[in-house]
Amino acid sequence: MSDERPDLAKASTGPADDDGSAEPQATPPVDVDEVRRPESPPWHLVVRSITSGNAVVAVLSVVLALIVGSLMIMFTDESVRDSASYITARPQDFFSASWDAISGAYTALFRGSIYNNLSPTSEGRIRPLTETLKFSGPLIMAGLGVGLAFRAGLFNIGGRGQMLLGGAAAGWVALNVDVSGPLLLVLSVLAGMLGAGLWAGIAGLLKARTGAHEVIVTIMLNYVGFYLVFYALSKQGILQQPGSVNPKSLPMPEDAVLPRLLGDQFSLHLGFVLALVAVAVVWWVLNRSALGYRFRAVGENPHAARTAGIDVGRMYVVVMLMAGGLVGLAASNQVLGTVPDGVTTGLDAGIGFDAITVALLGRSHPLGILGAGLLFGAFKAGGFSMQAAEGIPVDIVLVIQSLIVLFIAAPPLVRALFRLPAKEAM
Amino acid sequence: MSTTDNGPAVEIPDEPVTDEARVVTVVSPKAAIVLGLLTLGLGLAVLLGSQSGDTTYRLASRDDLFELPEVTVPVTGTAIAALVVMALCTAEALRRYLGRLRLPMWLPIVFAVVAMTGFLTWAAAGGTVPLVGLLSGSVALAVPLVFGALGGVLGERAGVVNIAIDGQLLAGAFAAALTASIVGSTWAGMLGAMVAGALVAVILGVFAISYYVDQVIVGVVLNVLVIGVTSFMFSQVLAPNAESLNSPPRLSAITIPVLGDIPVVGAILFRQTVIVYLLYVAVAVVTWALYKTRWGLRVRAVGEHPKAADTVGINVVATRYKTILLAGAIAGLGGAFYTLVSVQGFNREMTGGAGYIALAAVIFGKWDPIRATLAALLFGFASNLQGVLSVIGSPVPSQFMLMLPYVVTVFAVAGLVGRSRGPAAVGLPYRKS
Repeated sequence: MSDERPDLAKASTGPADDDGSAEPQATPPVDVDEVRRPESPPWHLVVRSITSGNAVVAVLSVVLALIVGSLMIMFTDESVRDSASYITARPQDFFSASWDAISGAYTALFRGSIYNNLSPTSEGRIRPLTETLKFSGPLIMAGLGVGLAFRAGLFNIGGRGQMLLGGAAAGWVALNVDVSGPLLLVLSVLAGMLGAGLWAGIAGLLKARTGAHEVIVTIMLNYVGFYLVFYALSKQGILQQPGSVNPKSLPMPEDAVLPRLLGDQFSLHLGFVLALVAVAVVWWVLNRSALGYRFRAVGENPHAARTAGIDVGRMYVVVMLMAGGLVGLAASNQVLGTVPDGVTTGLDAGIGFDAITVALLGRSHPLGILGAGLLFGAFKAGGFSMQAAEGIPVDIVLVIQSLIVLFIAAPPLVRALFRLPAKEAM
Repeated sequence: MSTTDNGPAVEIPDEPVTDEARVVTVVSPKAAIVLGLLTLGLGLAVLLGSQSGDTTYRLASRDDLFELPEVTVPVTGTAIAALVVMALCTAEALRRYLGRLRLPMWLPIVFAVVAMTGFLTWAAAGGTVPLVGLLSGSVALAVPLVFGALGGVLGERAGVVNIAIDGQLLAGAFAAALTASIVGSTWAGMLGAMVAGALVAVILGVFAISYYVDQVIVGVVLNVLVIGVTSFMFSQVLAPNAESLNSPPRLSAITIPVLGDIPVVGAILFRQTVIVYLLYVAVAVVTWALYKTRWGLRVRAVGEHPKAADTVGINVVATRYKTILLAGAIAGLGGAFYTLVSVQGFNREMTGGAGYIALAAVIFGKWDPIRATLAALLFGFASNLQGVLSVIGSPVPSQFMLMLPYVVTVFAVAGLVGRSRGPAAVGLPYRKS
């Protein structure tokens, strides 16, 4: 965020374009009050308060969320409840039972997501880390899609529908286009991006042309997309496996599957690299390109942007196309990498909605989204092994994740809870 | 938001503007285009679908005072008649656009009813449509949506975006199942649901009002949080002790004397559970209070221009807190419908995203309690319609029937509602300076 303000200033004081097209004029005739209303978005204040040395708050937020998670694990644990019934007689039983429950849970979480010290082989010990990276990939890509739309002031709740359409498109090309070699993979990934991008573009186009609220349209398109893909998967000749009655496609052909990065014993595949590339591209677009400047201008204040000569409607369409494309990349990652044994209506796996939380935690910044995606990927990988090892429902991960986002967004609350001094003038 | 968009054409009178004459009529071809597209769609369906025979509408239900006869209509004739009326409506919309006249409210309503009848007759050819079952089922499906939409309208009118409706419904459903099972009374369940909904609202308030966190962030995250907490508690506590903690008594329907005996209408509206009657009361009271009382004026003032409200001595923060608490309680009560009426007992993520549909109804209904209620009823009708049609058997693949309500919503939002404009200060935290 720190690089954003000088950037804005530079662009708005730069020489006016001769063609006078969509570039902002040298001195936009904009009412200053309208651009920077005193009570205008808390977004910047929030962002600034995080980026300007608020690492303490971030760490404490994670700690707080883990504490709340611990309490929930503790109070629902059988042996803890048993020992609580005679807590006055033998308090040490209660405390040791609580400790066992909590430490067991978090150790399992760690073993499932970072490093498994119990495994006899060295591959087994680092496998959890590669699993974390595998789960992070689609979260980062879809998170970028939601975050990019956020920066242009649009709330893209349509991740689910976009994932489904993108996945179906990628799967269709992989199964039906008669090309061999890496070209098939490239074409399939592009088809996934195109399918999801066009689906998201509908919302952008309707917003631009008719003013239809993108929140309603993307929610509705989630359902429409689901049934559309469901139909395609249960119709012979479109996507359904020949001779089958299940709504599922054939497995992806060998050539269209994303290659594994670390050999066959690890399931980490090329998708994670695509996620890193996507982070770099989105960062460049947002911070270094005229297009990204227009996105941000529209997001900050569409009226001012329009006055400055930016075609707001076109920006809505373009940003939704790009956002959908990023979500489609996540869909391709799922269909062609993580679950290559056939397209189903479950290919979304909750990523479309998780992406919203990732984008929020990452403050809609590419690097923030990268970090948030890695964190949530670790939770996802660890949550499953925690459920398997300790019998604690994986839902606790949702609780911890959402609490982290909440606490990080409210630094004053965290400071007050830990009795830290209030931050001096921001 | 501004009228300088290139979309709708704006008619500005040429003569000097006096105070009375300052009327700007905004007209747009969108309505005509959408109505035309829908007419075309049904026309194509009728042409290509080759349905024939008769469709019967059953108007009577059990326990009616006197029985209404069944109505049988020919498919082809009805479809053509409906198409003609739809085409006329489209032509009228076009004429009004060309003549720079405002589109009256009745036109889309007439269009919708006729289009629905035509479509229903065509799709159910050869079968019998249980009209009462269709409509009363719609009401049942719409109940949580209406409660959620009411909560949403109240919150947003006070300037707090409430994306957490889904969380409030889910929390309400959970609390209703739990308290009703423990206490053994449905009233306790309803009370528990309201408390749970209000509790979610408190968290929303603390973060969004007191700590100025972006309201959209808080709302989305709260939904995830409630899903996490309720699913976790369900698997850890409720499911292992299902008999003692997750078997609430069922709320039974009560027939209102006289009103419940009216044919068709009585069976649909007045043979329902207490929650539904509370819903009628809630819609009426919220609408009246919002527009006709001092409290409502204050709520709206706080949502439109908090600084002005503060200047005249209204406590903005307190008003917002109180309003969203009430809104949360209302939405929570809607959640009770899931566990006390629809299904007995709680299950994970049982709202299935209904809160988001309620949010859509809020925006669709332009932040007005009555219109939001109608929008929620429309969603209920549409989702019940596909269930009924799949029983009768229709020529369209079931997936297309299932997506129909959502497609129609997109059309309606794009064509008829257009630029929806919320309360001016919605989403902005109020900082007293």
